[in-house]
Amino acid sequence: MTTKLFGEPVQRREDARLITGQGRFLDDLGANALAAAFVRSPHAHARIRDVDVSAALDVEGLVAIYTWEDLPGLIAEPLPLLIPHPALTHGRTGHVLARDVVRHVGEPVVMVVAADRYVAEDACALIEVDYELLKPVVGVEEAAEAVNLVHADVPGNIGAHLVQEVPSAAGTSAREAIEAAPHTLAFRLDIERSASMPLEGRGVYARWDADDESLRVYTSTQTSTSVRMAVAAKLGLPLPKVEVIAPDVGGGFGVKIVHPWPEEILVPWAARLLGREVKWAEDRREHFISSAHERAQVHHVRVGFDEDGHVLGLDVNILHDHGAYTPYGIIVPIITSTQLVGPYKIGAYRVEFTSIYTNTVQVTPYRGAGRPQAVFCMERTMDRIAAHLGLDRTEVRAANFIQPGEFPYDQGMTFQDGRPLIYDSGDYPESLRMLKELIGWDSFPAMKAEAAAEGRTIGIGVGCYVEGTGVGPYEGGHVQITSDGRVHVSTGLTSQGQGHETVFAQIAATELGVPIEKVSVVTGDTRRFGYAVGTFASRAAVMSGNAIALACRKVRDKALKVAADALEADPRDLEITDGVVHVAGTPSASIPLATVAVLSNPLRYAFDQEAQRATQFAGPSSDDRPPVEDGEEPGMEGRDYYSPVRSTFASGMHAAIVETDPLTAEIKILRYVVVHDCGKLINPMIVEGQIHGGVGQGVGGALYEKMVYDEHGQLLNASFMDFLMPYATEVPRIETAHLETPSPLNPLGVKGAGEAGVIPVSAVIAAAIEDAEGITIDRMPISPSDLYSLRADTRLRKTQ
Amino acid sequence: MSETTGAHRTHAITLTVNGVLREVTVPARRLLSDCLRHDLGLTGTHVGCEHGVCGACTVLLDGEPVRSCLTFAVTVDGHEITTVEGLAEEGALSPVQRAFSECHGLQCGFCTPGFLCTVTAFLRDNRTPTEEEVLEAVSGNLCRCTGYQNIIKAVHRAAEIQAEESG
Repeated sequence: MTTKLFGEPVQRREDARLITGQGRFLDDLGANALAAAFVRSPHAHARIRDVDVSAALDVEGLVAIYTWEDLPGLIAEPLPLLIPHPALTHGRTGHVLARDVVRHVGEPVVMVVAADRYVAEDACALIEVDYELLKPVVGVEEAAEAVNLVHADVPGNIGAHLVQEVPSAAGTSAREAIEAAPHTLAFRLDIERSASMPLEGRGVYARWDADDESLRVYTSTQTSTSVRMAVAAKLGLPLPKVEVIAPDVGGGFGVKIVHPWPEEILVPWAARLLGREVKWAEDRREHFISSAHERAQVHHVRVGFDEDGHVLGLDVNILHDHGAYTPYGIIVPIITSTQLVGPYKIGAYRVEFTSIYTNTVQVTPYRGAGRPQAVFCMERTMDRIAAHLGLDRTEVRAANFIQPGEFPYDQGMTFQDGRPLIYDSGDYPESLRMLKELIGWDSFPAMKAEAAAEGRTIGIGVGCYVEGTGVGPYEGGHVQITSDGRVHVSTGLTSQGQGHETVFAQIAATELGVPIEKVSVVTGDTRRFGYAVGTFASRAAVMSGNAIALACRKVRDKALKVAADALEADPRDLEITDGVVHVAGTPSASIPLATVAVLSNPLRYAFDQEAQRATQFAGPSSDDRPPVEDGEEPGMEGRDYYSPVRSTFASGMHAAIVETDPLTAEIKILRYVVVHDCGKLINPMIVEGQIHGGVGQGVGGALYEKMVYDEHGQLLNASFMDFLMPYATEVPRIETAHLETPSPLNPLGVKGAGEAGVIPVSAVIAAAIEDAEGITIDRMPISPSDLYSLRADTRLRKTQ
Repeated sequence: MSETTGAHRTHAITLTVNGVLREVTVPARRLLSDCLRHDLGLTGTHVGCEHGVCGACTVLLDGEPVRSCLTFAVTVDGHEITTVEGLAEEGALSPVQRAFSECHGLQCGFCTPGFLCTVTAFLRDNRTPTEEEVLEAVSGNLCRCTGYQNIIKAVHRAAEIQAEESG
């Protein structure tokens, strides 16, 4: 019995091609395609006076040069605003090529198509763009002062403003509750800019088939179905004539959910216009200055609490820097606002955000998507309450936890999916108990004293989070068993390394009772599945996992019905084991699924010997029933969709012990511990991998990574030399433990796991450094230089 | 030998790639990474930054790891190159390849070819590495997916497989 695979650490089926160089990433395709390259704005804010391409025209191998003025119809219109929201009163998006004004360094101005990328870049270098410089708006607080405007028609640089109020059970507002509270604190917390930074940049490759009048687009995207709709709409093509495929994608982490990128419109358009294959692969500098960033927010927190640390009122005011454009709406600050409350029962809550334009790269979700900021706010608040009251930090958290018996728990807000923020399940006290045991929380003071005796400075920190995962609206799955016994599974959402081919195959093999070797999975290919949303918000396992399970159950029911006819048995007595349908308890009465698949499709023509079984003279059939009965379809296939009423809420808690160097202020993570609850685990090996990767990115965000803009809007560290992503030497060993509280919302009981690892890391590391140093940490990331300066400031204040 | 076409002088070079003699004519500025990927069709070698930091493009030049994005193809005329496509011997996955899969040492797989080449050379020269030596060995390659823990595990596992099989 090999077919019960759900929950097992099955080896990845993706690996065989990826470890032998046989993966197919975007730039591995289209060997004969023309290459596109872009002239991008070197200025943060400028008016384009003139574009002079004359010097580039003599470059051998040049095929075409395009500016905004060359663009027809809808392609010349602004890019779509993907997620409109009533609070986003001044949403603005860019053009595929800049029209009149550029609003950040890196905005595309001219597209060049040439024989290869070298030649295309030669031509780009010879194109002269005459700019009239405008005043750049850099820094969210400077932008809020609105001395200069990013968009002339957006007063105050304010794109959106939203207030959410959740009064206490007694009807008291947060501000009233804070005023009336025995204790109050007010402080400011900052998080700086970072970015998804997948190792593979974006890229697009398009083939126009003039004979068939159809377009095939390959793009390194997190959503091929939606790119397809956007490309068809922009190019005015019938949807069935456009197919979009996400090939192997070298990481996404959020940035590739944005679409259509300018290049996703321009490359297919040029391919069609030129009648040639065209490809563009982003280089690293382009990725830094022309894709998307995230994280930067300023938070002003006011909190009122009682003697035990119960939060009676919480009032948070957020300034969100969304860069030059808002193609993805205001999802990031909405998530910060709603997920800030974490695993806690907050007496009364008020959260207000203002989303501000600056002349910098646009801000769209990066793994965690506003949650690292939210958790930084809430957990720093918990630590401040504990410090103020002289209580243990974990006790304050425990005092505020939602209890296991209180689910479903309604937080009284509207979540990022437009649905009520109602937690489905969880066990926060047990998570905390496990975490404290794993890290040795209660014995830490002794350890700290011991270290101090040796002249070493160490500290411990903790951070808790709740993550809404598996947001709707839906995903679908299609399952087909062919007459060779193979099982073909497809789903529309895409993969960027999460192991979907493996986990979806595990689900299908388990549901259908077939060996996993018989199952193949295709994701992100509109030729196979046209309806999908995409891969983001830790939703793939929840959404497509359940959709595939439901589709398998349909196919299984049909297979049992067909097999029951053939075996003259009751379908209720049948089981499927290792790809064979048999009567329970009577293994001899059996029929392979391959044969069932043959029988499910009544044939006139036998294309091979096996197929003869399904032809019209092959065997007994009822004379008064049609070969394909009413309500049935030929073939052993099924399609189903999973559409949840609302998100399912995963949770977790992290703790770390850090050591700080008394002299150099170097920060070293000695231990990092994770307790993680994503409901039922489909493949624990893959979930662990997701957590490791998330924590790795979290460590980058806590200690190393930030986008440094100067006052002119120039990104000063747009390379891997200067934007410091962690190497193996910077990421600590991660110790993990799992708690499984199944989601009651979906058939598999699963919750999302993709983003979890990154979410609380900045909060945890800040807390541990604060504990080590006795210096308040209210801004992340923190470098050794930052800590060194903080120490100096603290000494200065003490001597004054 | 070199010839001129248009503005760009090209050079005929001969490389032994994965044991196969390959002749190719390239402009002087062609990067080895581009030559392997676009001229020779060996797209297993990936380019993550084109400034020598990420290590995704690492190949073995006469057995030693180099950044192929920082190497001009013309400068390695006459030399031997091993890419990820050449790590499996006679169709059998190498211990390093097997260990990476077994230990879940890859997710998206984009950086993986660089790690595999780096680790292959490392374990050839150091068959019984310590924890510190393994960390040092992989500390020049960026991975954005795995958090490195399973990569480190994979390197130790590869050393183990290598030892078992050399018996």
